[in-house]
Order: sequence, then structure tokens, then C-alpha cells
Amino acid sequence: MAARHPLGKYGLRFAALGYLTLLLMVPVGMIFYRAFEHGAGTAWDSVTTPDALHALYLTVVMVAIAVPANTVFGVGCALLLVRTNFRGKALLNALIDIPFAVSPVVIGLSLILVYGSTGWFGSYLIDNGVQVIFAVPGMVLATIFVSLPFVVREVVPVLQEIGDEQEQAARTLGASGWQTFRRVTLPAIRWGVTYGVVLATARALGEFGAVAVVSGHISGQTETIPLWVWHQFQNFNSTGAYAGSLVLALLALITLFAMNVSKRKESSA
Amino acid sequence: MSIVVENATKRFGEFLALNDVSLEVPDGSLTALLGPSGSGKSTLLRLIAGLEEPDAGRILISGRDATAVAVQDRGVGFVFQHYAAFKHMTVYENVAFGLRIRKQPKGHIDKRVHELLSLVHLDGLSGRFPSQLSGGQRQRMALARALAVEPKVLLLDEPFGALDAQVRKELRAWLRRLHDEVHVTTVFVTHDQEEAMEVAEQIVVMNDGQIEQAGAPRELYEHPANKFVMGFVGAVNRLGSLFVRPHDVEILHRPETGTEEAMIEHIVHLGFEVRVELVLGDGDGLWAQITRADAQALELEKGQIVYIRPNRARVFDEDGSGPTTEELQAA
Repeated sequence: MAARHPLGKYGLRFAALGYLTLLLMVPVGMIFYRAFEHGAGTAWDSVTTPDALHALYLTVVMVAIAVPANTVFGVGCALLLVRTNFRGKALLNALIDIPFAVSPVVIGLSLILVYGSTGWFGSYLIDNGVQVIFAVPGMVLATIFVSLPFVVREVVPVLQEIGDEQEQAARTLGASGWQTFRRVTLPAIRWGVTYGVVLATARALGEFGAVAVVSGHISGQTETIPLWVWHQFQNFNSTGAYAGSLVLALLALITLFAMNVSKRKESSA
Repeated sequence: MSIVVENATKRFGEFLALNDVSLEVPDGSLTALLGPSGSGKSTLLRLIAGLEEPDAGRILISGRDATAVAVQDRGVGFVFQHYAAFKHMTVYENVAFGLRIRKQPKGHIDKRVHELLSLVHLDGLSGRFPSQLSGGQRQRMALARALAVEPKVLLLDEPFGALDAQVRKELRAWLRRLHDEVHVTTVFVTHDQEEAMEVAEQIVVMNDGQIEQAGAPRELYEHPANKFVMGFVGAVNRLGSLFVRPHDVEILHRPETGTEEAMIEHIVHLGFEVRVELVLGDGDGLWAQITRADAQALELEKGQIVYIRPNRARVFDEDGSGPTTEELQAA
């Protein structure tokens, strides 16, 4: 075999790294720099105001509701799509991708159309004392909406790949449907589920557009961190905006790190 | 425990996989379901296991109607062609699976798993994962797993189909010995007639969703019910309306009564067996199976003109489904 031309070998690497540097590393690096421009103390103070802490709390609430909900739905839906046959399966499959295909702003507006004060069930809900739009429930709905496809899309190919023979074997050995799922299917798809959860978490943490439309932007009440960051930026509190961005990035890193640790633990076991 | 299938029919959409099939498997027997792919043999096995539901008909296991009994309560052991090993569990955990589901005491599980692992010669490998085993070892593990729960019947779906020839041979012999030891009613599916003849006490030949014939291997070979069985169980030549086994083709140097002229097209030496491929005057081909000694005595050569005569032949009804109308025996 002929030796590869060094230009081809290094040129490609250089191009890939350069591309990533310009488009990702420089902007993110700048955020680091700007957040700590006036010292770590100032940055810390700006993200520990009551409004900022409430935004952090609300972000965690969004993730804590949307991710488990989409995990249960996602695994169930993936099983339905891969292991069963029914009329309308193609339709279900297509519907799941809507959150990927539709702009978050449109998602927010469509929620207002249904749950807003003049919407379909909105008026009924408001008459019964439940406010969805411009309140936390609407933000949760928006977050669930945008992070819905991740678990399904990660689990479906894994289910297809493992096939159903292990499950059939478990059934012949006396396992019930639930026991089969618990002891055979779930362990076999666990990495698909984990990736889906990580992606859904990242999306739920960072969602801006859909949540912004339905939130009403009330500081200390209906702001998640992305909304709070935008708010600070508009008010010329750049240290707060950049420090808040760092908090978001940190949360995402923690998620990735947790996944890698659990994976490493398993492979060494 | 005996298995009885009564008038089972199964469709997959438009495809009729099983067409009104009835079958009886005696208690403690070792039965092969033999047929080409798409003949319905795997469907029949899965119906017995409860992995598929029949559209019509009944399944009885040891005299009791099991048609409506769910897979997990049917008490069958099932072995899959591609092992269906639980990949995230060790060999030990795989074999223990059914016992743990039944919430048996730890000590009992431990004893039983080790008993079975020694039965399938995997004693030292209990801590390995399936990915660390060879194909043959995985299939033996799958067998131990199926036997662990003491099934009423053991069902194997092309159990050796994914293994290479050498391992397949070993496992066949081993399955026979295992059956002699364990005595569980066993049904296995295969498309390999040699495997069926070698392992089974009873062979059920299937084609197009129906049973063509059931019987002992020798019975099927010597008294095939129709063209299909004759052609599928053992090799066959056609000479006009005659069906002749290759080892019943006699090769002579001179014409005699009842001989036909033929040219040797090819000679294949397979050790003890020599396969002589011939062309008749009308262009039809056939082959003769003779011993190495006979081939040497006849001094056969490629391109040589010889005279052939069937020693034994069969004639079937025109549609091929009827019984044998005649069995010729050369004088």
C-alpha cells in the first residue's frame, strides 16, 4: 500500500480542528473569559441573586418532569413501534418527529392556541382555576414537547438490533411480560435509553424558544436559566448573562460526565 | 409427555403457513420436523411452544389442552437457532434465569445450575459472558438454560443451523446421548435430511404447510409415500416415470436386458463413495453412487460409454401425491 500523502493526513485534521475552533471553541471560550472578566466574585454574585436561583430551580423542575415523562413514553413508544403491528403505526412514527421538524416558536404558539385563555381547553381550565399559559405548567408542556423524540429515536434502532428472540426465550422460561421487560429488554437497551436521556436532558435544560413563548417572562416566577440569561443580556448585565451561560454549560457537562462514569463503572465490573 | 396437534391452521397475512396439520409425538420420543424453508416446520414448533397462536385447531401437551395457555405457563423448553443468549448475563445467570423467575431457593438454584453445566460440559465457564463463548458452547448453554426448568417438552428450532460442519456433527451425536440420559420428549426442526436421519427416532416430513409423511427414518427412506418425500429424504434420479436412488443404479460395460446407454460426464471421488455423473442418449442426466472398490474394478473413465440399469425403482401416481403404485425389483 502506498504511503498516504502527509498533506492529506494532516490537512484533513487541521481543517476539522480549525472549523471546530472557529465555530465552537472560540465563542464558548469567549463566554468563559467574559464571565470572569470582573473577577470570580462578581460572576458568583450575579448568578446567586434570588431571581437567578429561582431560574435555576425552575430549570431543574423542567428537567425533573420532562425527562422522566419522555423516558417512560419513549421506551413504551419504541416497544410499540418495533415489537407490534397496528394500523396507524406509520402515522405514530411520523408524529414523533414533529418536535424535530417544527420550529420551537411554532410549538410555543400552538400551545397558546390550545391552552391559552381563548384556546380550546384553555378557557375551561382557567374557569377551573388552572392557568397553563404564562405559568409553569405551560413551560413544562413546552419542554416535554421539544424533548420528546430523543429517547424514542435512540431506543428504536437498539430494539431492532437486539431482535425479539431473547424476549421469547425469557417467556418460554416462565417470565411474565413485565419480568421479561425488567430483566431482559431493559438491560439490553440501557445504553440507548441512557443516550436518549442525556440528549433529552440537554435539550430540556437549554430550551429557549418554545418556553419563551409560553412563559410570560416574569422574573422570579416564570424564568428558566436560558430565559434569565436572555433577560440579563437585554438589561446590559453582561456578567450575569455570561455567568448564567456558564451554569447551563456546566449542567450539561455534569450530565455527560455522569453518563460516562456509569458506563465506565459497568465495563470495569 | 406426549404432544398432540389437532387440525392446526396458521396464516401470516395471505400466506398459509400451516394447513390443517395433525401430528402426534409420543412421550419420551425424539422427533424431527424436516422440510424445506417455508414448509411450515418452524411455525408448527412455535405453535407447540405457544410463541404463535393457531388460527384454528388445538394443541395438547400430555393430554391437556394447552391451546389457550400462555407461553410462560406452558412448561416448554425452547432452543433457538441463534441461541437467544441473554448477552448481559453470565453463563451461570443465563442457566439460572428460569429458576430465579420461579423464586427457587438459592441453594437449590446453585446445585441445579452446576448439575446442568456439567451435563453440557461447561463446568469451568460459568462466569463467562456469552460473547466469550464459541457458537457450540453458546448453544449448549442455551440447552442447559431450557432444561433447567425441567420442561415437559424440549423444542429446538434448527439448533445446529448456525454452527460449522464439524461442531454440528459433534452436537448431533451429543444431543442423541443427552436425550438418552434425560428422556424428555424432544422435537427439533431441521432442513437437513442427514441430520434428521442421524438424530431422530421419528421424522415428520413437511412441505407447503402440510405433513407429507411421518415415520421412522428407515421407513421414510424405504417406503416414501410420494415423490416429495422420496426426493427430500435421500437423493433420487428420475428415469422417465421411474424414481431411482443413486446407489440403485448399476453400471455395466456391455448392454444387457433393461440397460440403457450412457456416457460418463464426470467422476467425483469422495473417499469411500464415488459419484459417477452420467448423460443418457436423450440428454437427461443422472448419477450413480458406487463404492471406491467397485469404481476401481470397473475402471471407469470420463467420456466412456457404459450401460446402466436401475436395480430398484419406484413409480408414483401422476400428481405425485398418491401412494406408490409399483415397486420394481430387478431380477
